[in-house]
This record gives sequence, structure tokens and C-alpha cells, in this order.
Amino acid sequence: MISVENISKGIHRTLSDHLSPMFTTLTELTIVGIFVLTLFAVLGLVLVFMERKVSAYMQIRLGPNRVGYKGLAQTLADTIKLVVKEGLTPNGADKFLFNLAPFIVMFGAMLLMAPIPFARNSQIWDLNIGVLYITAVSSISVIGILMAGWSSNNKYSLLGAMRSGAQIVSYELSAGLAIISIVVLTGSLKISEIIASQETGWWLFRGHIPALISFVIFIIAVTAETNRAPFDMAEAESELTAGFHTEYSGMRFALFFLAEYVNIFIVCAIGATLFLGGWMPFHIGNWAGFNHLMDFIPSSIWFFGKTFFLIFVIMWFRWTFPRLRIDQLLNLEWKYLLPIGMFNLLLMTIIAIMGWYF
Amino acid sequence: MGDLIINVGPQHPSTHGVLHLVITLNGETVKKVEPHLGYIHRSIEKMCESLTYRQFIYVTSRMDYLSSHINNHACALIVEKGLQIEVPQRAQYIRVLLDELTRIASHQLWWGAMAMDVGAITPFFHAFREREVINDIMEQTCGARLTMNFMVPGGCMYDIHPDFVKSVKDFMAFFRSKLSEYDEMVTNNPIFQARMKDVGVISKENAISYGCSGPVARAAGVVCDVRKLSPYDVYSQVNFEEALETEGDCFARYKVRMKEMNESMRIIDQLIDNIPEGDFQAKTKAVLKLPKGDYYTNVETARGDFGVYIVSEGATTPYRIKFRSPGFCNLSALDHMTRGSKIGDLVAIMGSLDLVIPDIDR
Amino acid sequence: MIQEKLLSICPAAVFEENTQWPTMNIDSAEWRKLAEALKNENDLAFDYLFCVTCVDWKTHLTMVYHLSSTLHRHTIVVKAKIADRNNAIIDSVYNIWATAELNEREAYDLFGVHFTNHPDLRRLFLSEDWVGFPLRKDYEDPINMIKL
Repeated sequence: MISVENISKGIHRTLSDHLSPMFTTLTELTIVGIFVLTLFAVLGLVLVFMERKVSAYMQIRLGPNRVGYKGLAQTLADTIKLVVKEGLTPNGADKFLFNLAPFIVMFGAMLLMAPIPFARNSQIWDLNIGVLYITAVSSISVIGILMAGWSSNNKYSLLGAMRSGAQIVSYELSAGLAIISIVVLTGSLKISEIIASQETGWWLFRGHIPALISFVIFIIAVTAETNRAPFDMAEAESELTAGFHTEYSGMRFALFFLAEYVNIFIVCAIGATLFLGGWMPFHIGNWAGFNHLMDFIPSSIWFFGKTFFLIFVIMWFRWTFPRLRIDQLLNLEWKYLLPIGMFNLLLMTIIAIMGWYF
Repeated sequence: MGDLIINVGPQHPSTHGVLHLVITLNGETVKKVEPHLGYIHRSIEKMCESLTYRQFIYVTSRMDYLSSHINNHACALIVEKGLQIEVPQRAQYIRVLLDELTRIASHQLWWGAMAMDVGAITPFFHAFREREVINDIMEQTCGARLTMNFMVPGGCMYDIHPDFVKSVKDFMAFFRSKLSEYDEMVTNNPIFQARMKDVGVISKENAISYGCSGPVARAAGVVCDVRKLSPYDVYSQVNFEEALETEGDCFARYKVRMKEMNESMRIIDQLIDNIPEGDFQAKTKAVLKLPKGDYYTNVETARGDFGVYIVSEGATTPYRIKFRSPGFCNLSALDHMTRGSKIGDLVAIMGSLDLVIPDIDR
Repeated sequence: MIQEKLLSICPAAVFEENTQWPTMNIDSAEWRKLAEALKNENDLAFDYLFCVTCVDWKTHLTMVYHLSSTLHRHTIVVKAKIADRNNAIIDSVYNIWATAELNEREAYDLFGVHFTNHPDLRRLFLSEDWVGFPLRKDYEDPINMIKL
């Protein structure tokens, strides 16, 4: 049967038959690197197109439908346009930091691809502190943003970068608390164990009320972390400053743009893994027949289906709600989400200890 | 850190028009807002001194282009007042119907632009969808969608299209269902209310002192609807309420305009079935000459109290015309309203004032 | 009738006949005193200045103010005559009615009337370096003006 697991096993066997262990590992590293980069590019293309089409249909219009078959080649055309544009560096900008900033944001996104399982037994790196790794590495992108704002030598960019930085750092707390509440239920930081523990049903349903609260807080927090509406005051078009990436053009801007969409994919993948079971099909307790039926659908389809559903929800938010003002945004986090998250964690701990979950 | 001075405009990512504001900021707080006008100053008042009393009416469509019928109506009224022309009933009904449709269309565009300024981009498309229906009705009867040169001193230029009554009734049915949707989507949204409540407050005394009129003044509690205080055409014969609120903040202005849309629909419902038969234009002389003296008329446009002041020396062209535009005085209150608020509030306040810059710059 | 009241404040005022609203002609020197009385007297209470304009009569200029009261619902028109065209000066009333601030700037820009005590008298619509006052009857502009 063709599955990601069998393909990777087959490649490993072929390589180790012909090459020494060191070269096998090196070749596999190269293959994985190319795979991640390709996934990035493809995801960027697909997500940008999806956003434009989803927003169009919500606004009673059609979206791109000229370039390629039904507009599918639109993002390719946009990427080519961005690549051939002149990349200007502003006068007086700190050249080293200016050039480095987009790459830092991309590194953060790429490193986060490692612990995410795309299918059964198909994780790039299943480390035993997977969740800790995720929360730690996702904080690296803030440095890239602040670097971009600072090195642009533009007071408006600096203003926008400061706002973005404050927003992201605040909402990381809520996202972290939501993630920890699932870890409490599972008892392990290892991602494969978290998914395996959802064999009898996804944590969102089995953890009932506290898991639902955690899920809602998580979705709000990651929308704010990726600077998406309704939390996009720092880069909103009708406000004064275009945010930290005002001075970027050409390829560097394309990297920021791509990194934003890949970040959305990653945080939705994490949400799908922790709350909706990752690649685990939809099982209900001990209904063996139903579960066996669900297993027929390949696990990679389950994973991508769940992730894209969450991405659709986040896109839905953008085109429905007005924007929050920056002080209202920070108010929401520190005065409402954080206390609720902490209380919820306590509740979840009690439930986990007493075994009051399905 | 000293004060930061930044420019907003004259190009905007919203539909405000060419308004250039110079804002003095201290951190995130606005200390002073200074409008720089004149980007679309066309010297209309001087131009009208060489236009006859039949010609100058259509220049006013280009001033407040969203209330073009209502502006034309004001000019037609002042010439009729000067020459003591009696307008037939049919023409009066048609003029009021077109005025109220224009008011709804203008408020629709305001609503879409206001939601877009605050961040919700989708209502903009919904608003324009409704406006399209009104524009189609206008095109059918008047021949144009934006600057409909339809009013003449003495009545209307042509009679209404035979399908006019049916089209308007279809529109009423369609629009009524949409207004409740708007309430769900935008008015009752907590984020929207948090952006609009207690933002840009103006008290009743200040509203009068700054010369504000229209929804801006009515939201502060000032009774100033020209259709009630000095009714013209058939406004004295229809039942409608003036929309008044007391808080004077952005949300109050929002509620006033939503209520005005409802009241406009009420007026249209009362008039649409009862358009009397008769002439659509009174017989007037070919060349009109207003007798020597001063004349002043005002009407209620979607923005407020629009006044026309003519000084005539008995010639075929006016000696001096002054257009009192509502946006000009509403804009002068912008500085007062924005002091002390955050920069993000400036956009919400500007949206709630509903400024059309060609009206201000003339 | 308010006409007696107004005449007592400003004895030199001349009322016009057969006008839409009571119209009084005064000299520009008396404007400030009259304005304060119009706003502050309880039975006058003119708090709504809704139109400020200027008319060029070739030999002199006239500032025309339309005032209304939201309390008593009466309206008057005050015409202040400025005799000297080349040195047109009149008092500013920006601290009585706030709307006067921008309106007086417009009158200055288009007619060249100078308002004393105005906080910020600059051109409003035209650029700072524009020469001349376009709405005056003797304004000549061979490039931009077309005479029919």
C-alpha cells in the first residue's frame, strides 16, 4: 500500500544497502531538506491562492480566475513578479541586519517543520520534548520582526515592529498555557505519544469543557501570534504604518510574505495535532467497526484535512471581524485570556488527576 | 522624545477623498489635527458668477456627488423662491422620492467605508451591491448613475420611467431584509462597538458652536433636521421621525445614520403609491432673471444642512453665490474630537463624520 | 420684536425692507460688540452661525453673517460693511462661535479680508504663495480665467 511510511522505509532500505551509514544519513538529510523546502514553496502557493479565493467568495466576487486553469497559476505569476522586482535597501539602513531579518523568520518556520507528523510514523524528528521544542522555536520569529523594524531606519517601521513584537510576545503566553493543558492530559511532551493517546478519540471531544476552552484560547492566540486579522493593527492597510516590512521589496518581501502563510500552516498543524489528533482518524471509543472504517482513509489525508480546516477558520476570521485597536488587543490578552487560561489549566489538572475525562 | 508630525493623505486607502491631515503625535496619542484643504478646489463659486440660473444647478452635483439630487434640489428651490414659481404636486413627489433614494445610497456607501476603515472589509462589498440597485433605478429614470442632472427650476427635467414605481418597490423589499443582516454583521459585533463607543465625543454645545449639522449634530442631541424645521416640497405631509441620540460619540453617529435609512424607507413607502398625475414641470420663462436682492435656502443632504445663498443684481447670472457645505463645518470639529485619542481612533472618527472632500473644497 | 433689542445695542444699524429674515447693515467696527450681545443676551441667544461669506460690491466689501438660535428658533442676517478695499479689516469672532475659525480663513483666502485676533490666519484652499484674491471682482488672471 502506498503510504508515506512505506515510501520512507523503502528509501532508507535502498540507501543503506548501497552506501555506508554516514553517507546514508547525509543523503537522507539532503532529501528531507529538499522535501521541506518544496513543501514550503508548495504551501506558500496553495495558501495564498486559497486566501484569495476564500475571501473572494465571502465577498460576493470571484477572485483570480484568469491566470492558468481557473486561476491556479496566479500565485506562481505573483512569485515571479516579486522575484524580478528591484530589491531596494533604504539609505542609512543597517545592511547586515536588514538582509538577515527575513531569513531569521524563515528559519523559525522551517525548524518547526521537524516535529510535526504528516502521516503515521512520518515525523522528521520525533524528539522526546517535542512540545517544548515547538514553543521555544516559535519565539524566534519575534527577533526577526524586531530586527526588520529596527534596521529599516524608518520611524514608522520601528513603531510597527514594536507593536508586533509586543503583541506576539503577549499572546505566546496564552498559546503556551493552552498547549500545556493538553500535555497535562497526555502526560508526555513527545508528539508521537500525544497522538497515540488520541487513539480512542480526539482530545477536543474527550477533554470536554476544559479542552474546548483551551482550543478556543489557542485559536485566538495563534491568530494574534501570526499577526492576522482581527489582530493585524500593526500592518493594517488603512492605518498609517505598513508595519515592520514597509521598506522591504522584491525577494525579501516575498520571504516575509511566504513566512507569514507558512507560519499559519504550522500553527494550525500544531493545533490539529494537539487537539484534533494529528494523523489519527476519527475514532469513537471502542466502536471497532466504525474505527476500522475510518482507518481506510489514509492518515496523511486526515492530517492535511484537519490542518486546512483550521486554516479556513482563521481565514474566515479575517474577512468577518473588524480590527481591534492595539490597546484593546493587549487588554484582551492580559486581562481576559491569561487569567482564563490559568484557571483552565488548573481545571484540566484536576480532571486529569481524577480521571474525569472520556 | 519630542512630538512626531505625520501626514495622512491626500491619498487614502479608503474612499474619503483628497483630504490631507497633518497630525501631531505624542507616542500613540494625538495632540493636534490640522486639515490642509484645497486639493480639489475648483472655484465653483466664481464659476457660477458666469453661469445662468439654469446652468449653475448642475455644478452642485459635482460638489457632494453622493447627494447629487439633493444639492440640485436646493438650487432649484432657491430659483423657484426668487421667481415665485409654483411647482406641480407630481414634480414635488418625484423630487422627494429621488432625494430619499439618494440618501439611502449615500448612507450605504458611508456604511461600507466605515466598516472598511475599522477593519471589516466584507461589508464594503455588501454595501455596493445595494447601491447598484439604486444606481440602476437612477439610470433608468435619470440617465446617469452618479451625477444625475434631473432637477430644473419648476420641477423635473423629464417624467419618471414607467417602471420606476415597480423598481422602487422591489428595492424596498430587497433592502429591508438586508438591514437586519447589517445589524447582525456589524452593529452588534463587540469588536466594532469597542472601536466606536466613547470615541470622538462631542458635546451638544460644541456641536452647535462648531456649526455641525446632520447626523454629527443629531448624535449629540441637537434638533436640526431641515426637513422638519423648514419643510420644503412634500416633507410637511409625510410622517417620519428625526433620529436623535445623546452620547455624541462615533457609535451614536452610526446609530443615527442607520435610523435615518429606516426613516427614508418609511417616507418612500408613504409616497411611492400616491404619486399624483399632472405636470412634471411648471411653465417658466426661457431666460430666468432673479429680482434684485438676497436669497437663502437650505435642504437636508445626507451629510447635513446644505445652504445656497444668492446675491442677485437682476441680471441673468448671479452676482455672488455662496454654497454653505455641511462637510466644511463638520470637518472643523475634527480637531476638537480627536485630541487626546489614539491614532487608531482617528480613522474611526473620520469615517463616522462621513466627509466628502469635493463638498468641502468646492 | 428683536429689531428693537438689536437697535438698542447698535443704534447705527439699518434694517432692510422685505427680506426673508431680519437683515441689519452695520459698520465693520461695531461687529465684535454686536456679536457678543447676539450670543450672550438671553432673549437673543444666537448660538448657531451657519453661513459666513463676503460679497464684493466693487466700491466696498461686505461680510455677511447668517445666525440662528436653536433655543428661540429665530434667524437674522448681519451685513458688516468694510469701506476700505485695500485694507479690509474686521474683528474675528472665533472665540464666540468656533465655526468662525475655518470660515474666516476661507474669507481671507478668497477675498483678502483680514481678521484681527484670529489665532491662525492663513490661506485655506490656495497655496501659501498665491498672489491675489480670486473672488474679488477686480481679480485678473490671464492664464487661468476665461472671460465669456
